[in-house]
Amino acid sequence: MVAVVEKARVIQTAKSSANRYRIGMWVALASILMMFTALTSAYIVRAGSSSDWQPLNVPRVLWLSTALIIIGSGTLETARRKLKRESPTAYRRWLLISAALGFAFLLSQLFAWRQLVQQGIYVSSNPHSSFFYVLTATHGVHLVGGLIALLFISLRTRSGGDSEFAIAKGQAAADAVTFYWHFLDLLWIYLFVLLFFWRS
Amino acid sequence: MSGETHETHGAVHRHEPPTSFIRKYIFSLDHKVIGIQYIILALVAVLVGMTMSVLMRMNLSWPGTNWPILGTLFPGGAPDGMMTPEFYLSLVTMHGTIMVFFVLTTAPQGGFGNYFLPIQIGAEDMAFPVLNMLSFWVTFVGFVVILAAIFFSGAESTVGPIGGWTGYAPLSALPNSGPGQGMGMNLWIISIAIFCVGSLLGALNFITTLLNMRAPGMSLMRMPLTCWAWFTTAVLALLSFPVLLGGGVLLLLDRTAGTSFFIPGGLYIGGELSGASANFPIHTGGSPILWQHLFWFFGHPEVYIAILPGMGATSHILSTFARKPVFGYRAMVFAIFAIGLLGFFVWGHHMFISGMSPYSAMTFSILTLSIGVPSAVKTFNWLGTLWGARIRFTTPMLFAIGFVSLFVAGGITGLVLGQSSLDLPMHDTYFVTAHFHLVMGVASIFGMFAATYFWFPKMFGRMMSERLGRIHFWITFVGVYCIFVPMHTMGIVGMPRRFAQFTEYEFLATLHPLVVFVSIAAIATVFAQILFYFNLVWSIFKGEKSGANPWEATTLEWITPSPPPHDNFAGVIPTVYRGPYEFAVPGAPNDFIMQTEPEPGTVPATEGAGNGHNGHRH
Repeated sequence: MVAVVEKARVIQTAKSSANRYRIGMWVALASILMMFTALTSAYIVRAGSSSDWQPLNVPRVLWLSTALIIIGSGTLETARRKLKRESPTAYRRWLLISAALGFAFLLSQLFAWRQLVQQGIYVSSNPHSSFFYVLTATHGVHLVGGLIALLFISLRTRSGGDSEFAIAKGQAAADAVTFYWHFLDLLWIYLFVLLFFWRS
Repeated sequence: MSGETHETHGAVHRHEPPTSFIRKYIFSLDHKVIGIQYIILALVAVLVGMTMSVLMRMNLSWPGTNWPILGTLFPGGAPDGMMTPEFYLSLVTMHGTIMVFFVLTTAPQGGFGNYFLPIQIGAEDMAFPVLNMLSFWVTFVGFVVILAAIFFSGAESTVGPIGGWTGYAPLSALPNSGPGQGMGMNLWIISIAIFCVGSLLGALNFITTLLNMRAPGMSLMRMPLTCWAWFTTAVLALLSFPVLLGGGVLLLLDRTAGTSFFIPGGLYIGGELSGASANFPIHTGGSPILWQHLFWFFGHPEVYIAILPGMGATSHILSTFARKPVFGYRAMVFAIFAIGLLGFFVWGHHMFISGMSPYSAMTFSILTLSIGVPSAVKTFNWLGTLWGARIRFTTPMLFAIGFVSLFVAGGITGLVLGQSSLDLPMHDTYFVTAHFHLVMGVASIFGMFAATYFWFPKMFGRMMSERLGRIHFWITFVGVYCIFVPMHTMGIVGMPRRFAQFTEYEFLATLHPLVVFVSIAAIATVFAQILFYFNLVWSIFKGEKSGANPWEATTLEWITPSPPPHDNFAGVIPTVYRGPYEFAVPGAPNDFIMQTEPEPGTVPATEGAGNGHNGHRH
């Protein structure tokens, strides 16, 4: 009886301990969402409050960015499922592919910035360009965080150990990073639409 | 999370405390040490804030006096010992900023929340100890930066920016708008942004810990009200600080990158038109009101971030010393949540005179007044808890009762200011100053005094001096009323906030004796705090030994030794069988029952949980 209770408690603790990564990630996403909500409301208010708003043309390369981040979301989802089916090598390979796609996304965003700069459009040029730089930079900073997390968990798969607890924890971390990546994916699509396909 | 060495592999596993000084006391992962670090930060910051308030009172009451010491310390801001108006304004700004962010947000939540939330829910630490450490050190860096703003404001004549803690644009958005608005304002924004990040990390940790790490049997409705308060506070911080952070980024860009988010076109400063010269680049079309919206969307929840933990501590302490269960526990929980939720929809009441539509003003007004309902629920339940009780008038109890008194006294004027029609004449007068100081400043601080006297024995294993505590209470309690009640009168007469002196205003001349009275009360109250600081330090070394449960309280922090071991419960995870406030239960052998006490007839806990208390006499 005592042993059974004890065993149940150990498993409970391990599961609960692993679950905190998922919960923590959802909580963090709520916070990031609030920040972009604030910036969106600033965007809408600023767009409506004066006549100096000059919409930018869509930099073509942003379509490439969008494609890259959507594919990256898919590859990371594949990685997560590989881990669930207990194939850590495939998991790691897909993680690295996703990280490469994330890196390519950042490069593509930088390229869009460069194109605008070459056209003489800077952060202070007009309110739309200001918001373009602010929103893409804020999104990019969060994506850099995601990249670091990706590389971190891909390094961790090597030295994970194979106790039940380590597996649960690795899975939870993979889930958390994947949620985050999907979130950034959706967030980018949203920002893209807001910046270029929404008119006040 | 790489440095997380504290993983649970089973209940038998014990966490070994770190041995090196740096890991133990500086970069500690232990939530208890981090909590104490936050409290020390607040105790230092409050000294800076109080010193500034004394300087302000001196200038208001004795205008034209030469204070040689001021002339020596601040040759730029007080030439010949007489303060310049700019110096006074920078004191106002830094007093507000330091008090709101580094005292009222750090001590209640980061300090006591960090220390006691994990223990009260039966966890051995926070969910993410490394994040917890980071959140403190990030906050600490924020504090260093705000101190830097005092010393390197870029203007000889100020100790920081002059725009007030609300940093309204365009004053805050233009470096050439006044002394201290250059580097001082940059540092101010950077400090606040850093503080936001630290608070967000903390909030994330609190929420995850509470949702994920509760001991077996600790259902949500068995949590002490303190935990509910810290949880709600964390949710408020989680959702409001990102808005300030976003606004702060935009404001910093307006200042440094030439954008115009908040700066309207056609501004003249010092006779110079926007765009006329290189150091005043052209700005067009920005909206200063947008900053107010972003700021107050954060700013209003922030006042609840300051006071909710005080409400939690008060409920907890009132019940303990009234020896009665909290009256209406469920109603208290819902009231905390209602206050938190409504707090997100009332920010417009800070902006009634910003030119908003009267219909919006009415909406904000109605929503604001509706916060009176959960606030009244809390107040009546506190009174219900005290009703007919045989109260033990200890120092923490005195401060908790003081909290109720101050909350009512300060909250009732919120009903005046919350109505747009009444706010029009009252805004920016001392009436507002009196209102928010009583309710968010002093009431919150009373909550923290109560918490300090109450939990000190748990934190250090020794009691604080009751005699000193009582003297401290009575001087402070009478003192704060002497400071803030006359301010209501001044406000009704029409005395404006933020004015360095009133010598030029004939109609305020009759109020001068009152101004002097307030200053004397303020200085006396500030000096009374020496008693508190002395009591703290003295009791750590010389206080009477307390034992595990000196107050005969029921919650989990009292089943473990004082101070608690590194992993809180010495390798044992407590099991919870009942609610948090089981005092005076009919038929029970004692007048209190620990949360770990099994119900009669249930299977006893296997691990001897609850053996920490010694009040069990059959």
